[in-house]
Amino acid sequence: MAAGVATWMPFARAAAVGWLPLAQKTMPKPPVDKKSRSDEILFVNVSGLRFQTWKNTLDRYPDTLLGSSEKEFFYNEETQEYFFDRDPEMFRHILNFFRTGKLHYPRHECIQAFEEELAFYGIIPEIIGDCCMEEYRDRKKENQERLAEDTEAENAGDAPLPPDATLRERLWRAFENPHTSTMALVFYYVTGFFIAVSVIANVVETVPCRPIKGSIKDLPCGEKFSVAFSCLDTACVLIFSFEYLMRLYAAPSRCDFARSVMSVIDVVAILPFYIGLVMPENEEVSGAFVTLRVFRVFRIFKFSRHSQGLRILGCTLQACASELGFLLFSLTMAVIIFATVMFYAEKGTKGTTFSSIPASFWYTIVTMTTLGYGDMVPDSIAGKIFGSICSLSGVLVIALPVPVIVSNFARIYHQNQRADKMRAQQKVRQARIRMAKKGATNAFLQHKEDGGLQDGDGDSTPFCVKNRSAFEHQHHHLLHCLEKTTNHEFTDEVTYSEVCVTDSVGFRTSRSTSLSSQQGATTTCCSRRAKRRAFRLANSTVSVSRGSVQELDTLHVTKTPAGTQYPQSRSSLNARTEDLKLNCDDYTAAIISIPTPPANTPDESLPNSPAIPGILRNSRSSTFNTQDTVKISSL
Amino acid sequence: MWEILQDCWKSIPGEAGCENAKSVQSCHQGKDKIDDELEMTMVCHRPEGLEQLEAQTNFTKRELQILYRGFKNECPSGVVNEETFKHIYAQFFPHGDASTYAHYLFNAFDTTNNGSIKFEEFVMGLSTLLRGTMREKLEWTFHLYDINNDGYINREEMTEIVRAIYDMMGKYTYPALKGDVPKQHVDAFFQKMDKNKAGVVTLEEFIVACQEDEMMMRSMQLFENVM
Repeated sequence: MAAGVATWMPFARAAAVGWLPLAQKTMPKPPVDKKSRSDEILFVNVSGLRFQTWKNTLDRYPDTLLGSSEKEFFYNEETQEYFFDRDPEMFRHILNFFRTGKLHYPRHECIQAFEEELAFYGIIPEIIGDCCMEEYRDRKKENQERLAEDTEAENAGDAPLPPDATLRERLWRAFENPHTSTMALVFYYVTGFFIAVSVIANVVETVPCRPIKGSIKDLPCGEKFSVAFSCLDTACVLIFSFEYLMRLYAAPSRCDFARSVMSVIDVVAILPFYIGLVMPENEEVSGAFVTLRVFRVFRIFKFSRHSQGLRILGCTLQACASELGFLLFSLTMAVIIFATVMFYAEKGTKGTTFSSIPASFWYTIVTMTTLGYGDMVPDSIAGKIFGSICSLSGVLVIALPVPVIVSNFARIYHQNQRADKMRAQQKVRQARIRMAKKGATNAFLQHKEDGGLQDGDGDSTPFCVKNRSAFEHQHHHLLHCLEKTTNHEFTDEVTYSEVCVTDSVGFRTSRSTSLSSQQGATTTCCSRRAKRRAFRLANSTVSVSRGSVQELDTLHVTKTPAGTQYPQSRSSLNARTEDLKLNCDDYTAAIISIPTPPANTPDESLPNSPAIPGILRNSRSSTFNTQDTVKISSL
Repeated sequence: MWEILQDCWKSIPGEAGCENAKSVQSCHQGKDKIDDELEMTMVCHRPEGLEQLEAQTNFTKRELQILYRGFKNECPSGVVNEETFKHIYAQFFPHGDASTYAHYLFNAFDTTNNGSIKFEEFVMGLSTLLRGTMREKLEWTFHLYDINNDGYINREEMTEIVRAIYDMMGKYTYPALKGDVPKQHVDAFFQKMDKNKAGVVTLEEFIVACQEDEMMMRSMQLFENVM
């Protein structure tokens, strides 16, 4: 929890006195505060620079190195101070964080050095204050990209393939990185040549050639040398098809490859030829067939495999889509407005070219882009006035978004790969903060299920309560008091929804019912409930409540031999609803095969009830030691 | 200044008829807000001397020093307002909604009823709760429950308080909150406290009933060494 909250803890606990008249049960005992309340000044020596601070200041953040008992490792007995062999300049910022609760990022420091210091002192960088967060994120991004680019340049496919690479892998590599082998390079240039040939052929086809003997009309070369051109076209298409099929075969993920832009371009480039093959040679569809040939020009886009610049341009246009969209939208608006105005202004003129509003669109566009072909000219005075307004506003409307697009291009050119990395980091950051928040709210639930809230004497729980600060003790006690006041317990979402399902079966019997009736009534629903738990165990997800369920179930197995202990156990472990589950599930323990760690099953017969808490604790502590509960506290 | 002009410009009567009233209001409010902000930043309350506070409360000098250092660190201006208070309390009870209860608690601490808690009020409240006599604690609790300060706790006030407490528990509880649990709680409370069945609980009834309650007395004692 944040610093300030720790300061208010005594107040919140004192205010809990206000719940007492309402409480229907006795309050739990507060945790014993062994430490004296007096504050002392600590000396912290960081590579010779001596800092002094109150102990309370450091205790505000018990999950950091300085706030926990971890600093005792650095205590120097002779000089009575804590000595850290770290950067003293950086330590100033760390200590300021403890003092003010806000972590600032020093702009002149290297980002990696700063992060290492934070990691050493156990502070997560996500709590950098808003004032410095922007700077920190930018620098970190920059740094990471630079590093990533360096490593990418090193490894970018220049590393030799492992000798046992399959043909597929080798082929894919040859396609993606042509400079790795001579064959790939040859293939690269050959395809490039044929793309060029195909495009040039398409262009030259339409150039008028000298007419064949005996006719006057000029023929386009395509018709004169139709055989040659069609042979060329067929050859190119065959080569492109072959190339596409080879890429498809070699691609590690065929679905992804088929969906990529380049592959779509490839397909579109060769499709017209094949469609032309299957289409019958009649007059009606030949018109459509001619249109299809237009698509052959898409072969020019195949050059983008060969040119990095083209790819970047494509990315830029994609990234600038919003600006382009805005330009288009505003232009459309202006065009419609002015076309309407011009049409109605010129309506009266005889023999006007402004025959309809769509016809006026052409005039408006030509005028606004300052082309001014002159094929449509207004005659009336009103038309001329509005025409001049149109051309003036055209300059503005078009000139405004264009510099934005240009500057975007410059920016995106430098950042064209960074968009993805930025998104990835954002997700990670959000995930970590979410995890930290969940950690704090679940801390109390975890504490409960660890058996930290028993009303037994406080000294006999040394194992379970390791590394818990006084603040956490007090906070948990406070929450426990609230539970006692309202006679309800905190749970988490999972258990809550589960209980709601089993509620109708009448599982939750009041504590006053006798054990026998409990046995009879609840065997079926308990078994269902326990089976559900066993099922969840099999899935073994990592979450706090499920972790505790696991512990409970391992305990159930150990309790089977103790058949006669029920009455005592119920009375001693008062006000713990885990009891109900415990008693019930013994019957089903035989049915479920839970993988119990051998350390947990005590071999001797269970002693009588007061020690059952002890067994519970022991088995829990051993499972505890295997678990790693690292609580990140930041709220 | 520019914002005020802008707001007033917007409030000039025009086509938008009904928007006028709102914008005029916000124009005035804007002005008040700026004044308020100036006030808040200039207010810097200093508490009375250490000796005086030591005399008035049951804390030692060292304890007062520690308390004040923490308080001053959190609220450099020297006062806590209700928003901050609610925010702090919400951090203690992240499961549910602690704002209603924090509101009542704030009113209980704010003995001068000026909307902010100074350090003296804070420390005196703490002193009563932690180091006071049983009667003082019970009086404080009565004062907390008596929302309108008329000397009686009626059913509505009690229901408010109990609902606020249950709100702090949040949605996910075991057993689940079914039916009108707060109301049942209030009924149980009144049955215990309201001896003459008058429908309200007076201070004396409250104190007598609490002192008869063994469980509560034991719990009270547990809270003695909270600080």
